[in-house]
Amino acid sequence: MNKYVERLYNGIIKENPTFVMMLGMCPTLAVTTSAINAIGMGLSTTVVLILSNMLISMLRKIIPDSVRMPAFIVVVASFVTMVQFLLQGFIPSLYDSLGLYIPLIVVNCIILGRAESYASKNPVLLSMCDGIGMGLGFTFGLTCIGIVRELIGAGKIFGLQLMPSGYEPVTIFILAPGAFLVLAFIVAGRNKIIKTLEKKGKEVPKQTGGCAEGGCASCSGCDKKVFPTGQEG
Amino acid sequence: MKELLMIAIGSALVNNVVLSQFLGICPFIGVSKKIDTAAGMGGAVIFVMTIASFCTSLIYKFILVPTGFEYLQTIVFILVIAALVQFVEMFLKKAMPPLYRALGVYLPLITTNCAVLGVALTNVQKEYGILTSVVNGFATAVGFTIAIVILAGVREKTEYNDIPESFQGTPIVLLTAALMSIAFFGFSGII
Repeated sequence: MNKYVERLYNGIIKENPTFVMMLGMCPTLAVTTSAINAIGMGLSTTVVLILSNMLISMLRKIIPDSVRMPAFIVVVASFVTMVQFLLQGFIPSLYDSLGLYIPLIVVNCIILGRAESYASKNPVLLSMCDGIGMGLGFTFGLTCIGIVRELIGAGKIFGLQLMPSGYEPVTIFILAPGAFLVLAFIVAGRNKIIKTLEKKGKEVPKQTGGCAEGGCASCSGCDKKVFPTGQEG
Repeated sequence: MKELLMIAIGSALVNNVVLSQFLGICPFIGVSKKIDTAAGMGGAVIFVMTIASFCTSLIYKFILVPTGFEYLQTIVFILVIAALVQFVEMFLKKAMPPLYRALGVYLPLITTNCAVLGVALTNVQKEYGILTSVVNGFATAVGFTIAIVILAGVREKTEYNDIPESFQGTPIVLLTAALMSIAFFGFSGII
């Protein structure tokens, strides 16, 4: 397979950030109240991810190793600020509904994780494809969760009434507890699939750092990678 | 005074940072196996979040606003928080060894805890003054501590329960969090 296509496949399916790697759980829970919010968040993250991956890959030989994490954070934060202004200017409705979670893309584990584990070691075009793949994978994951929550919680998808008029929406699914519930069932389903695959003797992509597993590996995983010796460059 | 109290109750209980705003989910799930460690994490978060709220609102008010660089808030805040955590760690190590021994291991984990950045940004968004920001930061962190300690308590009780295989581990914790989140809706009447 072409290695650029392989990157896309890797991001969207094989190492899907939401369903396989369990990264970036905070936005996953927070903005999936409706499918449209989920897509908006996913695409904003994708844009930041592509741009930061490209820039970091371009600068990978210039940034000294000891200060790489602060440098990555500054790069990511700059792009997030840009995306924030673009959204505010052109899609104010989305800007209002995502609110605080746009600037918080900075601390999304996926972005720093990809910068550290991929973009800082690979050429620009490959890093770009990696960003596109991971970003679309994240968007796909968020949208799936958003559709489930919106369908059960409001009887709609993308604002279109889908359930018959007699359907009484289970409002709790678009409220905070619904996010935890849906995610719990998704993780359970994922565990089930992994168990079945393992029984069949197939190779399962290892979770390299998920919020969900031991010692909050991803957010702290970022930490551990970010400041390995407790020293910040 | 009454206003401050309202803000404090609002951020600690009604809009609980973990259970209704979904900030700091990772430590909430990752460090909640035992009550001791959960309380330690909570203490560290209270400590850092209060100081971070103070510093960031100070910087916002006296540096970013006068120079017209408000749009740099995200970049400045995350760097300030990262530097601050390092500084607090070094300071505690030298000045207060007992406190450092209690909180030390949790401090580096907080650097990219989105809740800290979230609070700093909320303070700016809601145009809180410095005192209000500090109160809000402290109360939010107390809310985090309440949530994580309760979750740790529940997890200690359910540790040896017979849970379906695919629900073991994270899923059952998320289900617990969902029930807690429903319970916290009860607070929404008090403001």
